[in-house]
Amino acid sequence: MSLDLTSLTLRTPSGELLFAPLTLSVPLGDVVTVMGPSGVGKSTLLDAIGGHLTHGFCCSGSIKLNGREISTIPAETRQVGLMFQDAHLFPHLSVGDNLAFGLPSHIKGRAMRRSTVEAALKQAGLAGRYDDDSAALSGGQRARAALMRTLLAEPEAVLLDEPFSKLDSSLRDEIRHFTFSHIAARGIPALMVTHDEADAHVIGGRCIALKKPESD
Amino acid sequence: MNNDGRYLRLTVLSIVGFSLILPIFLGFWQTGRAAFGLFPALGRDTLSLAPWRELVMLPGFGSSLKLTLVTGVSATVFSLLLATGFCAAVHSRVTPGAGARMLTPFLAIPHAALAVGLAFVLAPSGWIARGLAPFVGWDRPPDLATVNDTWGLALIIGLMIKEVPFLLLVILSALTQIPVAKHVSAGRALGYGRGVVWVKIIMPQVWPMIRLPVWVVLAYALSVVDVAMILGPSNPPTLAVAITRWFNAADPGQILPASAGAILQVLIIALGIAVFVLGECLVRRVGRWWLRRGGRGLSTEPGLHLASVITVVLMAIGMLAMLSLLIWSLAWRWPFPQFLPESWSLRSWTNSSSGWQRALSNTVFLAITTAVLSVALAIAWLEGEDRARRGRAAWAEALIYLPLVIPQVGFLYGLNIAFLKIGISGDMTAVIWAQAIFVFPYVMIALSDPWRGLDHRTLDSAAALGAGPFKRLVKIKLPILLRPILTATAIGVAVSVAQYLPTLFMGAGRIATLTTEAVTLSSGSDRRVTGVYAALQTMLPFVAYLAAFLIPAFLHRNRRDLNGTIQT
Repeated sequence: MSLDLTSLTLRTPSGELLFAPLTLSVPLGDVVTVMGPSGVGKSTLLDAIGGHLTHGFCCSGSIKLNGREISTIPAETRQVGLMFQDAHLFPHLSVGDNLAFGLPSHIKGRAMRRSTVEAALKQAGLAGRYDDDSAALSGGQRARAALMRTLLAEPEAVLLDEPFSKLDSSLRDEIRHFTFSHIAARGIPALMVTHDEADAHVIGGRCIALKKPESD
Repeated sequence: MNNDGRYLRLTVLSIVGFSLILPIFLGFWQTGRAAFGLFPALGRDTLSLAPWRELVMLPGFGSSLKLTLVTGVSATVFSLLLATGFCAAVHSRVTPGAGARMLTPFLAIPHAALAVGLAFVLAPSGWIARGLAPFVGWDRPPDLATVNDTWGLALIIGLMIKEVPFLLLVILSALTQIPVAKHVSAGRALGYGRGVVWVKIIMPQVWPMIRLPVWVVLAYALSVVDVAMILGPSNPPTLAVAITRWFNAADPGQILPASAGAILQVLIIALGIAVFVLGECLVRRVGRWWLRRGGRGLSTEPGLHLASVITVVLMAIGMLAMLSLLIWSLAWRWPFPQFLPESWSLRSWTNSSSGWQRALSNTVFLAITTAVLSVALAIAWLEGEDRARRGRAAWAEALIYLPLVIPQVGFLYGLNIAFLKIGISGDMTAVIWAQAIFVFPYVMIALSDPWRGLDHRTLDSAAALGAGPFKRLVKIKLPILLRPILTATAIGVAVSVAQYLPTLFMGAGRIATLTTEAVTLSSGSDRRVTGVYAALQTMLPFVAYLAAFLIPAFLHRNRRDLNGTIQT
């Protein structure tokens, strides 16, 4: 059981190959860090796995999540969580409603759903902030709320796109620790794109470098 | 995956094609046939150039043509110059949001209402003359043709008061995409004066973004009917007014030369745009040569000041015009040299109440229906683009602008013939349909930028959380975009309220709106009653804009990122 990429290639709308064909297996509970020069298509790789490619980008090869081929199904059915450098909390929803947005439908009943969210808020150090405006949270609080929102949706894998690069250096260690301890507790595969060597070191997982393809 | 939403896109495209674009071509087809002698209803069924000969022989044709060209081109060119100069002078001092708020009243007021107000202000017995009277010693209105003057000066001023704010808005929004302050500093550091930096550095970047709106202004100024009826010379009038008269003349034989005139009107606009394109090529060549010479030309400051002063004066006259509508509607006795009415009364409102209530309810019904339909269609269109995860093709953008660069008088009469055939002429449906052709483009243009401004990462996040396309639309996009959606609706209401020709032709004179009544009343009769209609006509768009401001402010009062600063 894992996230498996097999001979994955990406082409831009102009037909340019972004990186050499990629084969990679991320076992459950592991974090793999992807590094590489800017413009090599690190974020586009995450878009391809999550199902968020812009029109014109072309993806070939196979993407399997726990044995299920996901490269051809819509993003909302892939169960792949996303984390960006900005939290991207929905501005029209309260903090709690942001977390509740992704709650799966098998958690039934208003009281049950509310208490699930409240528990997650407590874990994120946001107890009692259910009804607050999400714009009122600090940077660190936003990052924690965004992670909780992602995890409450019960993803089978998580993709992180430079998740800590906009945080103050003092906060970065704390949020990094918070993020990876929660992901590890779920035992799901995670793929992280970063520019920051420290991210890779601290996590200690595997690190791969995307390379430009041999010019053809 | 990129076929997502294909059915939605096909549906939207067929609605736009069949209900908004096809009628234009049908209208032109009918008008074109009549222009070349084919009009079976009058027993004319041989192809000929006779209607064109008749057109040229009609009394006043030559003067009308000349008048149209002079007023249309000069209103456009002066508006563009003033808007550019004013922007250069004040840009560093206003935020785009504040600018948009300042311009809103001028954008909201229907053309015809402003024209009525302006006639009140400029007339020999109007406010300006009353203001001067004590100093010049007039005890009766001076014998000057300050409105409906034969040169069309009042018409040009009236058009400019509406078009300068429109161009200002367009230029201000284009400027947000350019690092203006940095470019101006860089230019000034190299020894160029502020105005020269604008001409040599900023405007060449702005022009490609405002070219289409300038063409829209040109097309409008060359073919406007209601403003020209109220402010323009009456005998001979501008070509568009003359054509409207010939179409509605007692002698149905005039429909053929009128049709030829309608086709000529299209050619005039095409020619006007062609001249602007040629001018652009020329300026590009000469401009490059001029740029390379590196002249510092520090002497443009007076030009900027002049443009600012004229713009401010125009805006002030515009504000006076709006105010005068209300004052006239409440005035009772108001003899000449007095600056304010001697006695006030609500009688103009109560005496005409049966008339204006009917016109008001028709206008409100038409405005809400067309605006809501147009906004729904615009949302469906934009959602289709989102689902395909692709931008808009150039031909689709052209399709949106098409109704705005063609003359209304060119195809509406022909379209009415088509509507007669399917039996809906004179119907509310026909008027809604014809108005929507012009309301939809404005709504679409107003909504497109804010819609695309929504960060796609926010939507990707929602998808990653398991929200499908419909849930993303209803739970994420529509609430976040509530303010721009309501603003677009308000713009739709303003455009619908202002429509004159579509209501007149398609309603077959049976559907009275505030605009048709105000235009009719403005030619003579009682200023006080005209004031009632024009004041109501002005209030409706204001109410819509106010609602578009208050509703999101209330609903999002606890949402800091949505409740204030985002302006459209």
